[in-house]
Amino acid sequence: MRFAVLVFPGSNCDIDCYKAVEEMGEQVDYVWHTATDLSAYDCILVPGGFSYGDYLRCGAISRFAPVMAEVAKAAEQGKYILGICNGFQILTEAGLLPGTLLRNVSLKFLCHDTVLRVENNENPFTKEYALGEEIVIPIAHGEGNYYCDEATLASLKANNQIVFSYGSNPNGSLSDIAGISNEQGNVVGMMPHPERAVNSLMGSTDGKKMFTSILNTWRDRHDAAVIR
Amino acid sequence: MKAIVYVTIKQSVLDPQGVAVQGALHSVGFQEVESLRIGKYIEIELNTDDRAEAEKRVAAMCEKLLANTVVEEYRFELEG
Repeated sequence: MRFAVLVFPGSNCDIDCYKAVEEMGEQVDYVWHTATDLSAYDCILVPGGFSYGDYLRCGAISRFAPVMAEVAKAAEQGKYILGICNGFQILTEAGLLPGTLLRNVSLKFLCHDTVLRVENNENPFTKEYALGEEIVIPIAHGEGNYYCDEATLASLKANNQIVFSYGSNPNGSLSDIAGISNEQGNVVGMMPHPERAVNSLMGSTDGKKMFTSILNTWRDRHDAAVIR
Repeated sequence: MKAIVYVTIKQSVLDPQGVAVQGALHSVGFQEVESLRIGKYIEIELNTDDRAEAEKRVAAMCEKLLANTVVEEYRFELEG
Protein backbone atom coordinates (compact mmCIF):
# COMPACT_ATOMS: atom_id res chain seq x y z
CA MET A 1 0.00 0.00 0.00
CA ARG A 2 1.35 3.45 -0.90
CA PHE A 3 0.81 6.46 1.31
CA ALA A 4 1.30 10.12 0.43
CA VAL A 5 1.95 12.72 3.10
CA LEU A 6 1.10 16.15 1.68
CA VAL A 7 3.44 18.99 2.60
CA PHE A 8 2.29 22.62 2.52
CA PRO A 9 4.42 25.62 3.46
CA GLY A 10 3.95 25.57 7.24
CA SER A 11 3.05 21.89 7.70
CA ASN A 12 4.80 20.61 10.81
CA CYS A 13 3.36 17.15 11.49
CA ASP A 14 4.38 15.73 8.12
CA ILE A 15 7.42 13.92 9.55
CA ASP A 16 5.30 12.36 12.33
CA CYS A 17 2.82 11.04 9.74
CA TYR A 18 5.63 9.75 7.54
CA LYS A 19 7.25 7.94 10.48
CA ALA A 20 3.94 6.42 11.60
CA VAL A 21 3.54 4.81 8.17
CA GLU A 22 7.21 3.88 7.90
CA GLU A 23 6.98 2.09 11.24
CA MET A 24 4.30 -0.20 9.72
CA GLY A 25 6.74 -1.02 6.93
CA GLU A 26 4.62 0.51 4.16
CA GLN A 27 5.71 2.76 1.32
CA VAL A 28 5.34 6.47 1.96
CA ASP A 29 6.37 9.65 0.15
CA TYR A 30 6.27 13.34 0.98
CA VAL A 31 4.24 15.11 -1.72
CA TRP A 32 4.71 18.86 -2.13
CA HIS A 33 1.58 21.02 -2.38
CA THR A 34 2.32 21.89 -6.02
CA ALA A 35 2.04 18.25 -7.16
CA THR A 36 -0.58 17.53 -9.81
CA ASP A 37 -0.69 13.75 -9.77
CA LEU A 38 -1.63 11.53 -6.83
CA SER A 39 -2.62 8.52 -8.93
CA ALA A 40 0.21 6.38 -7.48
CA TYR A 41 -1.18 6.56 -3.94
CA ASP A 42 -3.81 4.52 -2.11
CA CYS A 43 -4.04 6.74 0.96
CA ILE A 44 -3.41 10.46 1.33
CA LEU A 45 -2.51 11.94 4.70
CA VAL A 46 -3.09 15.68 5.11
CA PRO A 47 -0.92 16.54 8.12
CA GLY A 48 -1.19 19.12 10.84
CA GLY A 49 0.67 22.38 11.18
CA PHE A 50 0.10 26.00 10.28
CA SER A 51 -0.09 25.98 6.50
CA TYR A 52 0.24 29.51 5.12
CA GLY A 53 0.54 30.75 8.70
CA ASP A 54 -3.20 30.18 9.25
CA TYR A 55 -3.65 33.50 7.37
CA LEU A 56 -7.27 34.57 6.74
CA ARG A 57 -8.63 31.30 8.20
CA CYS A 58 -6.95 27.98 8.99
CA GLY A 59 -6.75 26.04 5.74
CA ALA A 60 -8.39 28.78 3.65
CA ILE A 61 -5.38 29.34 1.39
CA SER A 62 -4.05 25.76 1.32
CA ARG A 63 -7.31 24.50 -0.10
CA PHE A 64 -6.45 26.22 -3.39
CA ALA A 65 -3.03 24.54 -3.64
CA PRO A 66 -2.66 22.60 -6.92
CA VAL A 67 -2.53 19.25 -5.09
CA MET A 68 -6.00 19.82 -3.61
CA ALA A 69 -7.69 19.27 -6.99
CA GLU A 70 -6.04 15.85 -6.98
CA VAL A 71 -7.18 15.22 -3.42
CA ALA A 72 -10.77 15.97 -4.50
CA LYS A 73 -10.36 13.56 -7.42
CA ALA A 74 -8.96 10.86 -5.11
CA ALA A 75 -11.87 11.39 -2.70
CA GLU A 76 -14.28 10.91 -5.59
CA GLN A 77 -12.50 7.71 -6.60
CA GLY A 78 -13.00 6.35 -3.09
CA LYS A 79 -9.34 6.51 -2.07
CA TYR A 80 -8.60 6.90 1.63
CA ILE A 81 -7.92 10.40 2.88
CA LEU A 82 -7.13 11.37 6.47
CA GLY A 83 -6.83 15.01 7.53
CA ILE A 84 -5.32 15.58 10.95
CA CYS A 85 -5.61 18.92 12.78
CA ASN A 86 -4.70 21.54 10.14
CA GLY A 87 -5.36 18.76 7.61
CA PHE A 88 -8.94 18.51 8.95
CA GLN A 89 -9.29 22.30 8.65
CA ILE A 90 -8.06 22.16 5.04
CA LEU A 91 -10.54 19.37 4.15
CA THR A 92 -13.47 21.36 5.58
CA GLU A 93 -12.38 24.53 3.74
CA ALA A 94 -12.13 22.43 0.56
CA GLY A 95 -15.69 21.22 1.08
CA LEU A 96 -14.58 17.57 1.26
CA LEU A 97 -15.95 17.42 4.80
CA PRO A 98 -18.94 19.38 6.16
CA GLY A 99 -18.79 22.14 8.79
CA THR A 100 -15.81 24.15 9.95
CA LEU A 101 -13.44 24.60 12.90
CA LEU A 102 -13.81 27.72 15.03
CA ARG A 103 -11.53 29.24 17.65
CA ASN A 104 -11.44 27.23 20.90
CA VAL A 105 -14.03 28.59 23.32
CA SER A 106 -11.26 29.23 25.91
CA LEU A 107 -9.28 31.17 23.23
CA LYS A 108 -6.29 29.11 24.36
CA PHE A 109 -4.02 26.93 22.28
CA LEU A 110 -4.56 23.49 23.83
CA CYS A 111 -1.78 20.94 23.84
CA HIS A 112 -2.46 17.85 25.97
CA ASP A 113 -3.71 14.28 25.94
CA THR A 114 -7.44 13.75 25.47
CA VAL A 115 -9.66 10.73 25.91
CA LEU A 116 -11.59 9.97 22.73
CA ARG A 117 -14.56 7.69 22.33
CA VAL A 118 -14.78 5.63 19.15
CA GLU A 119 -18.26 6.48 17.85
CA ASN A 120 -17.97 4.56 14.59
CA ASN A 121 -15.83 1.46 14.16
CA GLU A 122 -17.19 0.60 10.74
CA ASN A 123 -15.07 3.26 9.09
CA PRO A 124 -12.01 2.02 7.14
CA PHE A 125 -9.77 4.05 9.49
CA THR A 126 -11.27 2.72 12.74
CA LYS A 127 -12.34 -0.86 12.17
CA GLU A 128 -9.72 -2.29 14.55
CA TYR A 129 -11.14 -0.34 17.49
CA ALA A 130 -14.13 -1.52 19.50
CA LEU A 131 -17.30 0.56 19.35
CA GLY A 132 -17.29 2.89 22.34
CA GLU A 133 -13.61 2.15 23.06
CA GLU A 134 -11.85 4.96 24.92
CA ILE A 135 -8.44 5.87 23.58
CA VAL A 136 -5.82 8.44 24.58
CA ILE A 137 -4.68 10.73 21.76
CA PRO A 138 -3.09 14.18 22.12
CA ILE A 139 -4.55 17.41 20.77
CA ALA A 140 -2.59 20.54 19.81
CA HIS A 141 -4.74 23.30 18.36
CA GLY A 142 -6.14 26.79 18.78
CA GLU A 143 -9.02 26.33 16.32
CA GLY A 144 -10.56 22.93 16.95
CA ASN A 145 -14.05 23.92 17.92
CA TYR A 146 -16.14 21.98 15.39
CA TYR A 147 -19.23 23.75 14.13
CA CYS A 148 -21.95 23.00 11.59
CA ASP A 149 -25.60 23.97 11.26
CA GLU A 150 -28.39 21.87 12.77
CA ALA A 151 -29.36 20.17 9.52
CA THR A 152 -25.74 19.12 8.92
CA LEU A 153 -25.41 17.81 12.47
CA ALA A 154 -28.60 15.77 12.03
CA SER A 155 -27.26 14.23 8.82
CA LEU A 156 -23.85 13.51 10.42
CA LYS A 157 -25.68 11.57 13.11
CA ALA A 158 -28.11 9.85 10.75
CA ASN A 159 -25.29 8.67 8.46
CA ASN A 160 -22.98 7.61 11.30
CA GLN A 161 -20.37 10.17 10.21
CA ILE A 162 -19.20 11.10 13.71
CA VAL A 163 -16.06 8.98 14.08
CA PHE A 164 -14.61 10.21 17.40
CA SER A 165 -15.98 12.31 20.24
CA TYR A 166 -14.21 13.83 23.24
CA GLY A 167 -14.73 12.29 26.67
CA SER A 168 -14.32 15.75 28.16
CA ASN A 169 -14.91 18.50 25.60
CA PRO A 170 -11.74 20.65 25.53
CA ASN A 171 -12.65 23.27 22.93
CA GLY A 172 -16.42 23.78 22.73
CA SER A 173 -16.98 21.44 19.77
CA LEU A 174 -20.58 20.87 18.81
CA SER A 175 -21.81 17.51 20.18
CA ASP A 176 -18.25 16.88 21.56
CA ILE A 177 -17.15 16.08 17.99
CA ALA A 178 -13.43 15.28 17.61
CA GLY A 179 -13.52 13.64 14.17
CA ILE A 180 -15.94 13.06 11.31
CA SER A 181 -16.09 11.35 7.94
CA ASN A 182 -17.76 12.19 4.66
CA GLU A 183 -20.93 10.33 3.74
CA GLN A 184 -19.01 7.59 1.89
CA GLY A 185 -16.63 7.17 4.84
CA ASN A 186 -13.39 7.29 2.82
CA VAL A 187 -12.52 10.84 3.90
CA VAL A 188 -11.89 11.37 7.62
CA GLY A 189 -10.91 14.53 9.46
CA MET A 190 -9.98 14.82 13.12
CA MET A 191 -8.38 17.41 15.40
CA PRO A 192 -6.48 14.96 17.67
CA HIS A 193 -3.15 13.56 16.45
CA PRO A 194 -3.10 9.74 16.11
CA GLU A 195 0.36 9.98 14.50
CA ARG A 196 1.66 11.31 17.82
CA ALA A 197 0.43 8.18 19.63
CA VAL A 198 2.03 5.25 17.78
CA ASN A 199 4.87 4.28 20.09
CA SER A 200 5.06 3.76 23.84
CA LEU A 201 7.91 6.30 23.92
CA MET A 202 5.31 8.89 22.90
CA GLY A 203 3.10 8.11 25.90
CA SER A 204 0.38 6.27 24.01
CA THR A 205 0.09 3.70 21.24
CA ASP A 206 -3.67 4.18 20.84
CA GLY A 207 -3.33 5.96 17.49
CA LYS A 208 -1.58 3.04 15.84
CA LYS A 209 -4.79 1.18 15.06
CA MET A 210 -5.87 3.98 12.72
CA PHE A 211 -2.89 3.21 10.52
CA THR A 212 -3.22 -0.58 10.79
CA SER A 213 -7.00 -0.31 10.19
CA ILE A 214 -6.54 1.47 6.90
CA LEU A 215 -3.74 -0.86 5.85
CA ASN A 216 -5.80 -3.96 6.61
CA THR A 217 -8.93 -2.51 4.97
CA TRP A 218 -6.90 -1.89 1.85
CA ARG A 219 -5.29 -5.35 2.00
CA ASP A 220 -8.68 -7.05 2.37
CA ARG A 221 -10.13 -5.21 -0.60
CA HIS A 222 -7.00 -5.58 -2.67
CA ASP A 223 -6.67 -9.32 -2.06
CA ALA A 224 -10.37 -9.85 -2.66
CA ALA A 225 -10.05 -8.05 -5.98
CA VAL A 226 -7.08 -10.23 -6.96
CA ILE A 227 -8.94 -13.46 -6.15
CA ARG A 228 -11.91 -12.40 -8.28
CA MET B 1 -11.49 51.52 -7.54
CA LYS B 2 -11.24 50.40 -3.95
CA ALA B 3 -13.30 47.72 -2.21
CA ILE B 4 -13.74 47.60 1.56
CA VAL B 5 -14.83 44.16 2.73
CA TYR B 6 -16.19 43.36 6.21
CA VAL B 7 -16.32 39.73 7.29
CA THR B 8 -18.15 38.95 10.53
CA ILE B 9 -19.19 35.82 12.38
CA LYS B 10 -22.89 35.01 11.92
CA GLN B 11 -25.16 36.05 14.79
CA SER B 12 -26.13 32.42 15.39
CA VAL B 13 -22.48 31.43 15.99
CA LEU B 14 -20.62 32.10 19.25
CA ASP B 15 -17.73 34.56 18.89
CA PRO B 16 -15.44 33.67 21.82
CA GLN B 17 -13.06 36.55 21.07
CA GLY B 18 -15.93 39.03 21.13
CA VAL B 19 -17.18 37.61 24.44
CA ALA B 20 -13.70 37.92 25.99
CA VAL B 21 -13.22 41.51 24.81
CA GLN B 22 -16.72 42.42 26.02
CA GLY B 23 -15.78 41.03 29.45
CA ALA B 24 -12.56 43.06 29.41
CA LEU B 25 -14.47 46.27 28.61
CA HIS B 26 -16.86 45.54 31.49
CA SER B 27 -13.95 45.00 33.84
CA VAL B 28 -12.47 48.40 32.99
CA GLY B 29 -15.72 50.22 33.59
CA PHE B 30 -17.62 50.22 30.29
CA GLN B 31 -20.80 48.66 31.65
CA GLU B 32 -22.86 50.01 28.75
CA VAL B 33 -21.39 47.39 26.39
CA GLU B 34 -24.25 45.00 25.68
CA SER B 35 -22.60 42.88 23.05
CA LEU B 36 -19.45 42.92 21.00
CA ARG B 37 -18.40 40.93 17.97
CA ILE B 38 -15.06 40.88 16.23
CA GLY B 39 -14.68 40.64 12.48
CA LYS B 40 -12.21 41.26 9.68
CA TYR B 41 -11.68 44.40 7.61
CA ILE B 42 -10.11 43.95 4.18
CA GLU B 43 -9.03 46.69 1.72
CA ILE B 44 -8.71 45.74 -1.93
CA GLU B 45 -7.41 47.96 -4.75
CA LEU B 46 -9.01 47.01 -8.07
CA ASN B 47 -7.72 47.99 -11.51
CA THR B 48 -11.17 48.66 -12.91
CA ASP B 49 -13.63 51.56 -13.10
CA ASP B 50 -16.58 49.33 -13.95
CA ARG B 51 -18.69 49.39 -10.80
CA ALA B 52 -21.10 46.63 -11.79
CA GLU B 53 -18.25 44.35 -12.77
CA ALA B 54 -16.33 45.14 -9.56
CA GLU B 55 -19.39 44.34 -7.48
CA LYS B 56 -19.74 40.97 -9.15
CA ARG B 57 -16.04 40.15 -8.80
CA VAL B 58 -15.76 41.19 -5.14
CA ALA B 59 -18.85 39.13 -4.26
CA ALA B 60 -17.19 36.16 -5.96
CA MET B 61 -13.97 36.79 -3.97
CA CYS B 62 -15.96 36.76 -0.75
CA GLU B 63 -17.81 33.57 -1.64
CA LYS B 64 -14.73 31.76 -2.83
CA LEU B 65 -12.06 32.79 -0.33
CA LEU B 66 -12.53 35.82 1.90
CA ALA B 67 -15.45 34.48 3.94
CA ASN B 68 -16.38 30.96 5.03
CA THR B 69 -20.13 31.19 4.61
CA VAL B 70 -20.68 28.23 6.94
CA VAL B 71 -20.03 30.59 9.86
CA GLU B 72 -19.33 34.03 8.42
CA GLU B 73 -21.22 36.82 6.70
CA TYR B 74 -19.73 39.48 4.48
CA ARG B 75 -20.62 42.89 3.12
CA PHE B 76 -18.60 45.33 1.09
CA GLU B 77 -18.44 48.90 -0.12
CA LEU B 78 -16.93 50.21 -3.33
CA GLU B 79 -15.13 53.57 -3.33
CA GLY B 80 -13.92 55.71 -6.18
